[in-house]
Amino acid sequence: MPARPASRAAAVDVVVVGGGHCGLAMSQALSRRAVDHVVIERGDVGQAWRTERWNSLRLLTPNWMTRLPGQAYDGDDADGYMGAADVVAFLSGYADKFAAPVHTHTTVLHVAPAQGGYRVVTDRGEWHCRAVVLASGAFGLPVVPRVADAIPAGVQQVTAQAYRHPGQLREGGVLVVGASATGVQLAHEIHHSGRPVTLAVGEHVRLPRTYRGRDVQWWMLASGVLDQRIDEVDDAARARRVPSPQLVGTRERATLDLNALRRDGVSVVGRLMGVRDGKAQFSGSLRNVCALADLKMNRLLDRFDDWARCNGIDAEQPPERPAPTEVDAPPTLGMELGRDIRTVVWATGFRPDHSWLDLPQAFDRHGALLHDRGVVAPGLVVLGLPFLRRRKSSFIHGAEDDVRELAAHLVEHLDRTARRGVSLSIAAA
Amino acid sequence: MNHLQKSANNGVNVDALLGARAALTQTPEAARFTWRATSEWMNGTHSRTTVAGFHGLGAEQMHRQTFRFDVDHPEIFASEDNGATPVEYVLVGLAGCLSAGIAAVAQNRNIQLRSVKATLEGGMDVQGILGIDEKVRNGFDGIKVHYDIDADATAEQIAALVAQSQKRSAVFDVITNPTDVHVTVSKV
Repeated sequence: MPARPASRAAAVDVVVVGGGHCGLAMSQALSRRAVDHVVIERGDVGQAWRTERWNSLRLLTPNWMTRLPGQAYDGDDADGYMGAADVVAFLSGYADKFAAPVHTHTTVLHVAPAQGGYRVVTDRGEWHCRAVVLASGAFGLPVVPRVADAIPAGVQQVTAQAYRHPGQLREGGVLVVGASATGVQLAHEIHHSGRPVTLAVGEHVRLPRTYRGRDVQWWMLASGVLDQRIDEVDDAARARRVPSPQLVGTRERATLDLNALRRDGVSVVGRLMGVRDGKAQFSGSLRNVCALADLKMNRLLDRFDDWARCNGIDAEQPPERPAPTEVDAPPTLGMELGRDIRTVVWATGFRPDHSWLDLPQAFDRHGALLHDRGVVAPGLVVLGLPFLRRRKSSFIHGAEDDVRELAAHLVEHLDRTARRGVSLSIAAA
Repeated sequence: MNHLQKSANNGVNVDALLGARAALTQTPEAARFTWRATSEWMNGTHSRTTVAGFHGLGAEQMHRQTFRFDVDHPEIFASEDNGATPVEYVLVGLAGCLSAGIAAVAQNRNIQLRSVKATLEGGMDVQGILGIDEKVRNGFDGIKVHYDIDADATAEQIAALVAQSQKRSAVFDVITNPTDVHVTVSKV
């Protein structure tokens, strides 16, 4: 492991910010190419999985899919789904296996362009480097809509990032806002704790857990959907905004769509649009967002069937279509906050935290990082964002292809700048 | 979509719309529009609303002609029935918005439309507007829209057109979601 930086900046070719699955996969790729680098990790390897996940969380992908460059799942439950502690063990084993140069308990405070590359300031010293890899995750900060400001003070508010288990919540009604994987999972768990749950649903992605006897992720992978590249889609910005599908990883491989939640007694309402006189107002568009999700799911299942037919795949079961999503008639358009709803749980998405990156031109007017398939600027790449290069980019198994290509990009950048005679070890000496 | 051979013609200039979308992505301030109407009371429950100019693309714009709409109530409300009721104009707006969206989405998806017919119904308990029962709302308690569409497409593709049109409809949004309405008055 390279020496810790002393009072003066230490020189290294590449600084990788973040010791999660992406940062470690990049570290493995750089090690294989003998590129001098360090991985800066604010806590321990896989920190977000240790500290920022609810207790019952499991991956949306089965174990056999969970792999990183040079490491596949080798346990005895290939069809199961890892919990957060299993992911931590998987990542720690990976980092140990190739002796990743991880500097733990080191927080990056500031990254800015500098002579010949970048200056990385941490709470434990500075690094001068020729390239930086942003691998601090796509889900660092919870996104909470502005309507949160109008929620009456007496109502408890919890983000999905702070949520751990239902016992944190007051007794009484709970409004879960958002129907991605996070929202449906929290709604289900909280409802089973005895608190009546209302789920506010905007546009969402509906998927059955299994299709024709196989995990839906098997179909997504085998039919090439997960390998689809960002330059192959009509609207890249929209593709990157698609929420996570309504999936949960359970031993029963149960489907957790809106019909399943309704059967359980969860009240399904439209998107939370406003609060007026202490009353939450839900959109009247619920039927249409459900119709959109049903149509989209059925088109995907059509695609699986076409692919199976064209490739002579003998699935265990014939094609089937889940029942259309049912909606209350008429749907609930309003609820009293405080009386009907004692707690609001925001499952309204996450965004990456790049607040320490001092490169204003790298952000759009909404503060989102601009990049071309992961390349932010010369010698600056980002990993793990939704649909960064491929549909699978934000999944653990999605890191491998992106890392291979972006590591090659970095090596080329290092070679080119070295030929130009920009040598940081001299500049920084 | 551009790689598809364009054969459908629904009279919608999708290339112009997509061009505007691209241009307005770069200049978000030009995307701010203000739609206007002026109204004058005539007599009884009859008023006349006029639509002529609007603001958009950073400038004042004019319709090709001034449009006038007589608004009144039917004779069973002891009115003269000089025009459709205000709530019927809401249905007019919703139908116009959804059908325009269906045509535009169909054009973009290269689907030829032959016939698009909508039937709209807004249910209302007038005990609300008459102040008979405070628990009854003034407005519609629900709106039903039914489309009959003849097009070169499967039933699923047609359903997707109608769903996408709702997703992108301004009037659907105005009706289904709360909107801040600020009414002021001056004595003249």
